[in-house]
Amino acid sequence: MTPEPTPLTSLREGAIATVAEIKLPAEQRRRLFELGLLLGTPVELVRFAPFGDPVEIKVRGYNLSLRRHEAEQILVRPA
Amino acid sequence: MNHTEHAPADLNQARDIQRDTQPRAGEPAAPSTLQYVVLTGNPNTGKTSVFNALTGLRAKVGNYAGVTVERIEGRLVGAPAGLDVRVLDLPGAYSLRATSVAEQVACDVLLQRQPDVPPPALVVIVLDASNLERNLYYATQVIELGYPTLVALNMVDVAEANGIHVDTSKLADALGVPVIPTIATGRKGIPELRQAIISALQRPACTRPKSFCALPGPFQAEVDDLARLLATVRPSHAWLAPAEALLLLSSVRALESSMKHLPKHVIDAVHAARARLEAANIDWRTLPIEARYATAQAIHQAVATEHWPRGETVTDKLDRVLTHRLWGTVIFLSAMALMFQAMFVFGRVPSQALQAGFSLLGRAIESVLPPGDLTDLLVNGVIGGVGAVVVFLPQILLLFLFIEFLEDTGYMARVAFLMDRVLSKVGLAGKSFIPLLCSFGCAIPGIMAARAIESPRDRLVTCLVVPLMGCSARLPVYTLLISACIPETKAFGVLNLRGLTMLGMYILGIAAALSMAWLFKNTLLKGEPSMLVMELPPYRKPLLGAMLIRMWDRAKLFLYRAGTVILGVNIILWFLLSYPRDAQLERASEAKLAEVRAQLATGGLTSTEAETAMAAIQAEREAARLTHSFAGRLGRLIEPVIAPLGFDWKIGIGIVASFGARELFVSTMAIIHNMGQPDDTGLNLHDLAQKLRTERRPDGTPAFTTLTGVTLMVFYVFALQCASTVAVMWRETNSLKWPLIQWIYMGALAWIMAFLTRQLGLLLGLG
Repeated sequence: MTPEPTPLTSLREGAIATVAEIKLPAEQRRRLFELGLLLGTPVELVRFAPFGDPVEIKVRGYNLSLRRHEAEQILVRPA
Repeated sequence: MNHTEHAPADLNQARDIQRDTQPRAGEPAAPSTLQYVVLTGNPNTGKTSVFNALTGLRAKVGNYAGVTVERIEGRLVGAPAGLDVRVLDLPGAYSLRATSVAEQVACDVLLQRQPDVPPPALVVIVLDASNLERNLYYATQVIELGYPTLVALNMVDVAEANGIHVDTSKLADALGVPVIPTIATGRKGIPELRQAIISALQRPACTRPKSFCALPGPFQAEVDDLARLLATVRPSHAWLAPAEALLLLSSVRALESSMKHLPKHVIDAVHAARARLEAANIDWRTLPIEARYATAQAIHQAVATEHWPRGETVTDKLDRVLTHRLWGTVIFLSAMALMFQAMFVFGRVPSQALQAGFSLLGRAIESVLPPGDLTDLLVNGVIGGVGAVVVFLPQILLLFLFIEFLEDTGYMARVAFLMDRVLSKVGLAGKSFIPLLCSFGCAIPGIMAARAIESPRDRLVTCLVVPLMGCSARLPVYTLLISACIPETKAFGVLNLRGLTMLGMYILGIAAALSMAWLFKNTLLKGEPSMLVMELPPYRKPLLGAMLIRMWDRAKLFLYRAGTVILGVNIILWFLLSYPRDAQLERASEAKLAEVRAQLATGGLTSTEAETAMAAIQAEREAARLTHSFAGRLGRLIEPVIAPLGFDWKIGIGIVASFGARELFVSTMAIIHNMGQPDDTGLNLHDLAQKLRTERRPDGTPAFTTLTGVTLMVFYVFALQCASTVAVMWRETNSLKWPLIQWIYMGALAWIMAFLTRQLGLLLGLG
């Protein structure tokens, strides 16, 4: 059975999961999709910046920085 | 390029023409026509290195019409005679569905909507071989537009180092366009790329763009219908219509930005098509993205082989230190301290040398030309004005060099990553840190550094608040007022009160900048919160030669654009400070001077006595001239406005004169208090402070009390007393609106804060 989706920010540094849902306004979701963060895409949480914000992730072989409150809206299923 | 001969007679033919013939840059250009080759690709693909290698580093840097996006173009080196080829380095883009202003420019150029850019004859897409999948997403969008296209597969060395091999010929087959592998930083593959560009321009290949976006039937039908409609609107661009149609249908932003380019019936048709798709349960936003990424993924898998499983790259290793919560922050702060030190401490040496040089030049001219208005204009207006511009040059050059370095190495993104949390509290982004830091030295480089901020709103807010940071021009003003008005005592037994006051002014400036940023983001520049998504690109070795040349190109732009305005403002200020002259007053001091000379001749005075007397008369004359000038009258005129702050008309003249630059307050105070024009040995601040302390108002009370001093310093913390900042704001925002708003809000804030300071002081029994 598939585990329940959890926010991307709940992952530990170095953990990999797949994108399950993006609960952001349509245009912002569209942007993330265009950057390759499509549903079902594997994503690694690389690290948190000082004070825990922003978050660095790795997707499709490159690194992206997202603010925490947006990253929280990205739900993932741990692989 | 002429596409009109292929214009469809029948609108139903539009699509058939696109599919069945090759009407694009079909015909070879007439000899020696100017042809544009545009270079496009994702950010961080080494596009600029490709550009530098193709153009031999001789770029023309400017702005695109109407936006403050840097336009970089250069002539293709090695083109055969009769072929004049310009290479345009488009801003990096992740998608043709633009999100940032820079991406919009890239999209507009490719859709031939950017009025100041001629239609491209050839498109060169730069791909990062080490990050192929996401790069292919954009590349396939551009190929579908239908221009003659080449792909430069760049950074194949980085890909190999990461264990990835890309099969060039397979990639060319998959994309349907020629692919040339390059290592632009090492100039590898550049001759081949240049040759491919030249042959493509001489013999345009009959390319038939592939489609990389497999849409469900009903969606494709809507795209085709819209394309036919678009072809009737711009028959000359019928070949662009299918790609444009897909873009309009699938992107809110693309449609919004097209409003001014398209007639209403087309816009309505797009809305209607979207409604039909929604009714059919088709997600017009997402589906094309998913379809295209599926293609990009498939191509990537087919052409790239991984020698070994992806492990930790050099960038990953570096980032473990450089973005480490503790070490990353320590390294970052040290780097910034070094940068600040270099700009404002080492940069001051050439800055002062330049200033001294111009001052010497002025003196030389003064000694050669007869004294008079024209000489005065030349020396104090023109040469002084030019001096005011070039004095910024060393700092600007160093700033640009640092920014180039930070951008080229990839560290800039880490700066933003580390500082984002701190600055997001007041609504700014991490990249605002560098402009804010630079502004401790000078707001001019600070405002220019804000160019690195992608979000126009964040950039504008940053520019609006950076002049509040305590710049180096405030330092002489604070120093003078502190030594004139603040007693030399210890606060709390240990701390020097004077030092504490100085520190207080700097902290006040920082607090003001951050609060105003917060206020702007929550009022005037409020808007949908922009999402901060930022790529952290792999670290790269910067190329010094390219950095130096780009630095110089940007500095030239500063000289041309801001420099001319600064010069003009300085000449106007010179005029306001010198005119009108009072003939009676001039005659009176001439008579006094003649009297002294006569006494010297008859032996009534020794030469030392005569010199002292003449200097006193000169100083008096300059004070009288200043009082009589437009600026002096303005200073008196504003006296009722500044009286509630405890300032008299002499301070008023100081405030008016120091609109040119804050440090002018000090020399104006010297002149108006009969201490004469400060010479090159530097005005003795101590003497002037002494003089100010003894200065009395007509009613006998001291003019510079502790409270007046503090109030005046608070005024200078907030007021935008800097014509150069106004000039640079004007140039950087392309409008007079924002510098005006800035000048007014800072002026109002200065008055209010000074007023509150005075009231508080009076309550506390100071004054």
